[in-house]
Amino acid sequence: MENLINIFVRSIFIDNMIFAYFLGMCSYLAVSKTVKTSMGLGLAVIFVLVITVPVNFLLEQYILKKGALVWLSDSFADLDLSFLSFIMFIAVIASIVQLVEMVIEKFSPALYNSLGIFLPLIAVNCAILGASLFMQEREYANIGEAAVFGLGSGVGWLLAIVALAAIREKMRYSNVPAPLRGLGITFILTGLMGIAFMSFLGITL
Amino acid sequence: MENVEKEPLFSAKYRKLLTNPLGQDNPITVQVLGICSALAVTVKMNPAIVMAISVMVVMAVSNVVIASLRKMIPGRIRIIVQLVVIATMVIIVDQFLKAFAFDISKQLSVFVGLIITNCIIMGRLEAFAMANKPWPAFLDGLGNAWGYGAILIIVSFFREFLGSGSIMGFPVMEKIGVYNWGYEDNGMMILPPMALITVGLIIWVQRSRNKTLIEENK
Amino acid sequence: MKDFSNRYIMVFSVVMIVSVAILLSLTALLLQPRQEKNVEVEKKMNILSSINVTSTKADAVELYDKYIRESYVVNIEGERVEGVDAFTVGLRAEQKKPLEEQFLPVFIAVDDRGDTLHILPLEGKGLWGPIWGYVALKEDLSTIDGVTFDHQGETPGLGAEINTTAFESQFLNKSLFRDGSFFGIKVVKGGADPQSSHEVDAISGGTITSKGLEAMVYDGLIKYEKYLSKNRK
Repeated sequence: MENLINIFVRSIFIDNMIFAYFLGMCSYLAVSKTVKTSMGLGLAVIFVLVITVPVNFLLEQYILKKGALVWLSDSFADLDLSFLSFIMFIAVIASIVQLVEMVIEKFSPALYNSLGIFLPLIAVNCAILGASLFMQEREYANIGEAAVFGLGSGVGWLLAIVALAAIREKMRYSNVPAPLRGLGITFILTGLMGIAFMSFLGITL
Repeated sequence: MENVEKEPLFSAKYRKLLTNPLGQDNPITVQVLGICSALAVTVKMNPAIVMAISVMVVMAVSNVVIASLRKMIPGRIRIIVQLVVIATMVIIVDQFLKAFAFDISKQLSVFVGLIITNCIIMGRLEAFAMANKPWPAFLDGLGNAWGYGAILIIVSFFREFLGSGSIMGFPVMEKIGVYNWGYEDNGMMILPPMALITVGLIIWVQRSRNKTLIEENK
Repeated sequence: MKDFSNRYIMVFSVVMIVSVAILLSLTALLLQPRQEKNVEVEKKMNILSSINVTSTKADAVELYDKYIRESYVVNIEGERVEGVDAFTVGLRAEQKKPLEEQFLPVFIAVDDRGDTLHILPLEGKGLWGPIWGYVALKEDLSTIDGVTFDHQGETPGLGAEINTTAFESQFLNKSLFRDGSFFGIKVVKGGADPQSSHEVDAISGGTITSKGLEAMVYDGLIKYEKYLSKNRK
């Protein structure tokens, strides 16, 4: 339990997808103009991460890892399919995004209307694939840890994009040097927010 | 497709495909694409250069593949087809790095895999390769990858030079002997947020020189 | 874009998947021996550097065969376990097993002075990711003759300094045992006592990495306590 909380807090604040690894920057920069839309995208990211990271974890454990196929037959003990992980992960992500989109559309049209437009964007959001690759690299022990890591990364991403959007809404009234307007100042802002987030470094529970 | 008269391989139009992304069409500073996987590898120049080359290979080849298949790809599954082509290329590049540039492949770790979701590649496939012939698609891929790589290399140059006092691993500051005068490396440059701020400053410089790129204060 | 029939889409996907699969398997098959060689050479270079032998990619295998005389696996009770190759034991996987089932690799080296050294591998966690290293012990099985540390992605200039000679050389001649029982090495922030044979300086600005390293040395080596006590001279 303590371990899970630790992973959760770590993935939100310390290993923040945006501030520590710059993942999902494209949609982060493009969609962060108002708080409302960034909230929507953030929620969609959390949603997809919580599903894809555990699914990819199972894939890694039972198909891709060296010796993972022994449950099929002992003769596969030396088979190492990890070179296929990129393509498998991205395929899982793309199909889950598609699936989620269809399910939401069918069962909750209201949610679909608010989240729907963001879902296709997410398949190519680096934060989603990044989370699966980090999950693979850090070798989480069980599916619970993987799910918590997915959740934490998503929450961290949501926090980052909503915070940036809130600042950008206020930026409209500031006198930014003309060449820096828009993209330039957003980069610098994100950098400064990242420095603030660095004060969480080294926290363990 | 109507058979237009053959253009020379390096006509003015084609040359533009190569040179525009370096300046006014730069994928990072103007099109805002592909920032994700890029900045985390800019602490030192060597990984940044390898990353730039990897992106260039992936991009040029997948652009050509998609452009030559463009009439055969069913529209409904084109995104998946594009992802599969990119992912295949990235896996091959990753395998080669692990075999021939082991040290650097360790430093790049998961970021090689993240080339797959690099928005530049998807963006160019969708916007250019799906509608053009292989040769211009190839040039477009090279040009954009080069524009992307240039930013990567500029950022990593400043971060390594100011942060670790070296250029491509060669300890320049130590050789000049500035440490004896009390100079110290700026540890701040090594931290991840400084990559973003450096890009912000590059944008500032670029847009002060080219006023047409300035955004309205919306 | 013209529309395609469902059958065309199916055939297209199958052809695509099959060709991609063939291409990828071929690449993986062709490059795998080289990749495994890289991993092996790197591990050998690491082991060699803990006994102060500098090797290059070209001569690591040859030097390894020259200096490393023997390698075997012991268990927590300090007894030899037969039938396991110490070189292929993965510490990270071992640490997930129950303590009694863990394999603990030992490498025996004879260096240029003719001294027999015991090399023990370590694996732990730094701030950002895994850190690892090798410790070479003198014949008394307590005094450190050399160490080598490395890391995956510690902060450059701060935590990443653990793999510099300046940091590693501090461990020379420190002892793991105090008054006959296992003590470990303390990584002290703000200046270690130079007289102490159990303390080294932490890395300034790299506190978490230093703490992780201290824990790695302690947790990793205390498992060998029985083995070391039994075989001390």
